[in-house]
Amino acid sequence: MFSKAFSAAVSGIDGIIVSVEADVSDGLPVFDLVGYLGSEVREARERVRISLKNSGFRLPPKRITINLSPADIRKEGTAFDLPIAISILTAFGYIPQENLEKTLFIGEVSLNGAINKVNGVLPIVYSALKQGFTRCIVPECNAREGAVVQGMEVYGFDTLQAVVQFLNNESYKEPTYLNMEELFKLEFNLEEIDFSDVTGQDAAKRAIEIAASGMHNLLMVGPPGSGKTMLAKRIPTIMPELSFEESLEISKIYSVSGLLNNKDSLILKRPFRSPHHTITSAALTGGGRIPMPGEISLAHLGVLFLDEFPEFNRNTIEILRQPLEENEVTIARLQGTYRYPADFMMVAAMNPCSCGHYPDRNKCNCSINQVKRYLGKISRPLLDRIDLCIECLQVDYKDLEIRKRSETSADIRNRVMMARDIQSSRYKNESFYFNSQLTPKTIGEYCKLGKEEHKILEVAFNKMNLSARAYHRILKVARTIADLDNSDNILKKHLSEAICYRSLDKKYWEE
Amino acid sequence: MTNKEYWYWLCNIDNIGLKKIQTLIDYFMTPEQVFYAKEDELKQFSILSETDIGKIIISKDSAKIQDAYAKLSEKGIYFVTIEDKEYPRKLLNIFQPPFALYYKGSLPREGEKSMAIIGARNCSEYGKEVTKYLSSQLARAGLQIISGLARGIDGYAHEGALAVSGYTYAVEGCGIDICYPKENISLYMDMQLKGGVISEYAPGVYPNPGNFPMRNRIISGLSDGILVIEAKEKSGSLITVDMGLEQGKNIYALPGRSCDLLSRGCNNLIKMGAKLVSGVEDILEDFAPKYEKNENELKNYDKLLETEEKIVYACLSLMPKHLNEIAFEANMDIIKLSEILFNLELKNYIKQNRKNYYSYIT
Repeated sequence: MFSKAFSAAVSGIDGIIVSVEADVSDGLPVFDLVGYLGSEVREARERVRISLKNSGFRLPPKRITINLSPADIRKEGTAFDLPIAISILTAFGYIPQENLEKTLFIGEVSLNGAINKVNGVLPIVYSALKQGFTRCIVPECNAREGAVVQGMEVYGFDTLQAVVQFLNNESYKEPTYLNMEELFKLEFNLEEIDFSDVTGQDAAKRAIEIAASGMHNLLMVGPPGSGKTMLAKRIPTIMPELSFEESLEISKIYSVSGLLNNKDSLILKRPFRSPHHTITSAALTGGGRIPMPGEISLAHLGVLFLDEFPEFNRNTIEILRQPLEENEVTIARLQGTYRYPADFMMVAAMNPCSCGHYPDRNKCNCSINQVKRYLGKISRPLLDRIDLCIECLQVDYKDLEIRKRSETSADIRNRVMMARDIQSSRYKNESFYFNSQLTPKTIGEYCKLGKEEHKILEVAFNKMNLSARAYHRILKVARTIADLDNSDNILKKHLSEAICYRSLDKKYWEE
Repeated sequence: MTNKEYWYWLCNIDNIGLKKIQTLIDYFMTPEQVFYAKEDELKQFSILSETDIGKIIISKDSAKIQDAYAKLSEKGIYFVTIEDKEYPRKLLNIFQPPFALYYKGSLPREGEKSMAIIGARNCSEYGKEVTKYLSSQLARAGLQIISGLARGIDGYAHEGALAVSGYTYAVEGCGIDICYPKENISLYMDMQLKGGVISEYAPGVYPNPGNFPMRNRIISGLSDGILVIEAKEKSGSLITVDMGLEQGKNIYALPGRSCDLLSRGCNNLIKMGAKLVSGVEDILEDFAPKYEKNENELKNYDKLLETEEKIVYACLSLMPKHLNEIAFEANMDIIKLSEILFNLELKNYIKQNRKNYYSYIT
């Protein structure tokens, strides 16, 4: 007898529907599994057979053949255990075939018949909805994660037995329901860190505000203990709150990576990823034999913080160049090409020299050449993608003592959101959203300067010996500063501030 | 062979240094006679070892010597011996004067006062700015600036003098044709046009660490006063000062905060009686009695600035200050301050020493 159940595989961060076909026929009692399977899928044979036995189902000695179709896509992971078990039971007549209609199954079974957690539930349920499925049977642990997808009935089960009873309408269960609004409300009031925690560093704070408004990449240079990490950690708190779509997109990535736990059904905070500088290129951009999203994808729509920037392996950092331009990363492997979104704001921090204290000559004894060599570890092409640069100052006791009222994250966030609104209305007919994404061609269109401003920039350009790239970056940043100021035109004060934050120039490399 | 060629030969024998030459000259009177001395005659000097004598004899190849000597002038290198009238008078008064000097460009002009400016290689930004300022002011007042072409203070001293096209001279611790350190090549070239590069080492001599203390005696010997900008407690600059004291030169030192390691050496010098330098006039009053401070210049600056610019300008000094510090002192927000700093920078009143650090331009 033939039966068919549906499941799904994950490719990139999208689910691909896979039909699991079972056939039971006379012959030697063999259990065959075909369909371009990974080794963990092939092992499902033993798991399913024994869990069926231990769940109390007697399988008559027949020849069982399972096919996972489409048979030309590589199937990986343990999520096929449950659909295989269900299709066998259907083929033996334990469940009527019509009860499997428009139902998708995912889950790993253990030998005692329990159903265990799997990765990638969210993207699978999401694509199931798109494909016209109406209900999904998932492991109990993943039920909340799946329930995020509105319009889909998601049922979580602990045991194989319970699934069969449910499918045969012998028991009744409510689909898992999540109150989204409450979830979001709860999360946003739970911000533990705030910008007002940081004393001093006014210049750095302002630079961060500008960077967050226009999604500009930022480099902070400063001695150890000047608060670079502290500031970076607080950047997500001034970025706009996540919308549902954004949250879903981030959660999909985390779901594929297995980083969603049972409690968080969704990622509700903007990601802040801070990989250690020993990270490999595969871990940073994603990869591995079975590709997994890397840190840059986990930082999608959030902040990727690279502390001790010059200490990173040079090749690792160079790989960032393409994702920074295209906002996604493409990984080609033998089994296929995978795309992961990677639209992040890069924040890098570094010491001014190898001991970290230059220009404080009481602590630093590095020669000028050593200082230059340290700065030179960062490649020019990458530096060209960093729009803003700020030098942080060592905070001394005096600053810590003065409890000057500094702004909270909420105050700054309001301004950032306003600047972003202006940008999104300006670029509504374009394919990009932020000032940082302006190309030299579109800069001419959107960053028009008045006569006087042109003249000033020209003077500054010659006097400060700026490069053509620096010129474009200054204009982009000035555009963001003008947006923060709610000004249609870029004025002189905006330009002068942008020049103040311009990236490290060649002259700091060669003096 | 000419007398100069004999001198050139004597000064370029391997392992024959100042003391051995002195002994030979004391006995034979001229290098020519040393050249024609028999092996037995040389053997009577206990200071000369067997190998030394061997080296002296082997090196007596007149064709080779003449050839090498001719190459000097091809390279634009001048050779002056202690017997020549061009030889700097001041050096005759020091302990162990060099028997011969190589130079490119010119030697310090006799009768003009000269000032040595020395200090740490790993200097602070403040040290750099002060050096450039003092050096240019002294050079403008007509003093010749002498230093060692090293990284840090030395280089900035030359730079300051060259900026106002003053006379500046570098005394090297290596062969005259080598620019050490390499990054100062533009200074090395520029100062040959007005001023010069001087060395007691023949072309090709590698900058051995042992050469530098010896070089310092020439720096102090050529100068009338020595200004120490920044020096740690145990600094090579203090060797120059010690030699300068033996030679009876005026010692000047730039004071620093008591906690600054780089100023310990200078502060100690002041304690021991060196003259404290808080401005260029402290030095110039000893050398140029007619010197008058040009105060009008500063006042003119003031008139051109707007009120807020004046506030910001008043916060600055030669010590580079960070944006945050200026904002705190001027009590201004970053947005406004960055605009004012930008204006001042364009108007050439201030400059950025490194990212977000500002100091004024003198």
